[in-house]
Amino acid sequence: MVAVSIDQVSYSYHSVSAETVALQDISFQVSPGEFLAIVGPSGCGKSTLLALICGLLKPDKGTISFYDEAGISKTNIGYMLQKDNLFEWRTVYRNVILGLEINHCLTEEKKEKIDRMLVNYGLKDFEEKRPSELSGGMRQRAALIRTLAMEPDLLLLDEPFSALDYQTRIEVADDIGRIIRQEGKTAILVTHDLSEAISMADRIVVLSKRPARVKKIMEVNLSVPEKSPLAARSAPEFQGYFNTLWKELKSDEERRE
Amino acid sequence: MKKDENKHQRYLRKLEREKYAVRIGQWSILVVFLALWQYTTDRNILDSFIFSSPKRVLNTIVTLGSSRILWEHTAITFLETIVSFFLTTIVCIFMAVLLWWQKVLSDILEPYLVLLNALPKSALAPLLIVWLGTGMNTIVVAGMSVAIFGSIIQLYTCFREVDCEKEMLIYTLGGNRRQVLTKVILPGSVPGIISNMKVNVGLCLVGVVIGEFLAAKRGLGYMIIYGSQVYKLDWVMTAIILLMVMAMFFYVSIDKMSKKL
Repeated sequence: MVAVSIDQVSYSYHSVSAETVALQDISFQVSPGEFLAIVGPSGCGKSTLLALICGLLKPDKGTISFYDEAGISKTNIGYMLQKDNLFEWRTVYRNVILGLEINHCLTEEKKEKIDRMLVNYGLKDFEEKRPSELSGGMRQRAALIRTLAMEPDLLLLDEPFSALDYQTRIEVADDIGRIIRQEGKTAILVTHDLSEAISMADRIVVLSKRPARVKKIMEVNLSVPEKSPLAARSAPEFQGYFNTLWKELKSDEERRE
Repeated sequence: MKKDENKHQRYLRKLEREKYAVRIGQWSILVVFLALWQYTTDRNILDSFIFSSPKRVLNTIVTLGSSRILWEHTAITFLETIVSFFLTTIVCIFMAVLLWWQKVLSDILEPYLVLLNALPKSALAPLLIVWLGTGMNTIVVAGMSVAIFGSIIQLYTCFREVDCEKEMLIYTLGGNRRQVLTKVILPGSVPGIISNMKVNVGLCLVGVVIGEFLAAKRGLGYMIIYGSQVYKLDWVMTAIILLMVMAMFFYVSIDKMSKKL
């Protein structure tokens, strides 16, 4: 079963001085319910790839298809950006319902669902507060609820933890990883943090430096009972995967130098 | 524990004292200024015929005030400023939205806006009189002309400075450009719009008074010109003081309003 299929996608940016090829012949597939991570050196076009999948950009070449069996259409893709982008002029609750408000589908049923999520993820007492009164981790959870409120079948995560400090980052990744597995969502995570990728993903796609190509696709099988990001870090296989990924990325740099 | 409380209370008292010191400082400047003005004119160090004096201003307010002329002049200037301020605000927000919506339009109009903003507006006033006559229209347009061009540029800049990732968020949630405007750009620019309004109300008052200098038969600007021509400098001083009070009132009103938001 395939949920998303990316076939030979290429994309270039244009500026006055030059045309920059960001992605070249990228192909991979994602199965329903799978958590896929994409790693690569910074600036290699990882975020561009997500923008293409989301439909914010159109590929120059190649196709991105979604399969109906998995119930994914372009309209129910949830996208989490690097920053939480909560609006300071709205309360936490009004931030969380933003997507529903935009799509005019703020029904009683959806409101109940949001209420449940606010309770489950420890934000119920803060729903009337302003975002600035929340901690970094709480803000990121609020942003996740805003995304999940749209009931997306595919979640795109664009380095959603990179703005947090190290400790919060691991906690939030743990939180959000668990929430996504609980809800059974298909997810694509873009990151340059190798530990984060190994601890969260079922499969990892390694991209090369710009123009980005797929260098390697690696399955992650960790022998821990419950695959939560925090537990995964103490799995015996963890270091092995880390070294493999590290070598992949390192060899890319050396060849270019 | 007890010691800490004392420390905290001492800190609060210090804050309180500082606040009073600022207030006392502010009032004493006014009092000293008025006292010096009165003293020097009483002792004929300054000629009270040319420089007027606090007492003479007060007398003018009482005598003119009882015949309602003074209040008519004040009310006219007040009304003209309010009208030109509201029109300026509406037109500026509308224009800034238009420029944001059509970036090409803003590129095309930019040199004209900069040019019109730099132009001394008092140079336009005589033209306005010829075109629009000497009524209230001219005065209102004169008031608007001083504020409007700079204000459009400032508001447009303010719109463009809103974080573009926030715009992108709306698109990822399935929104369109209109929703970017109503959910992000406008609410996100409220502080910018308020500070713009604070500047505008002052500029509108300047424009209205310039207009009244040249065109009007009523208003505080007219009173200043008339007073200086017939050497009733008490009238001029009174009008200036009323203008100050009015400017203060406008500023404080907008400030109060913005704090309620």
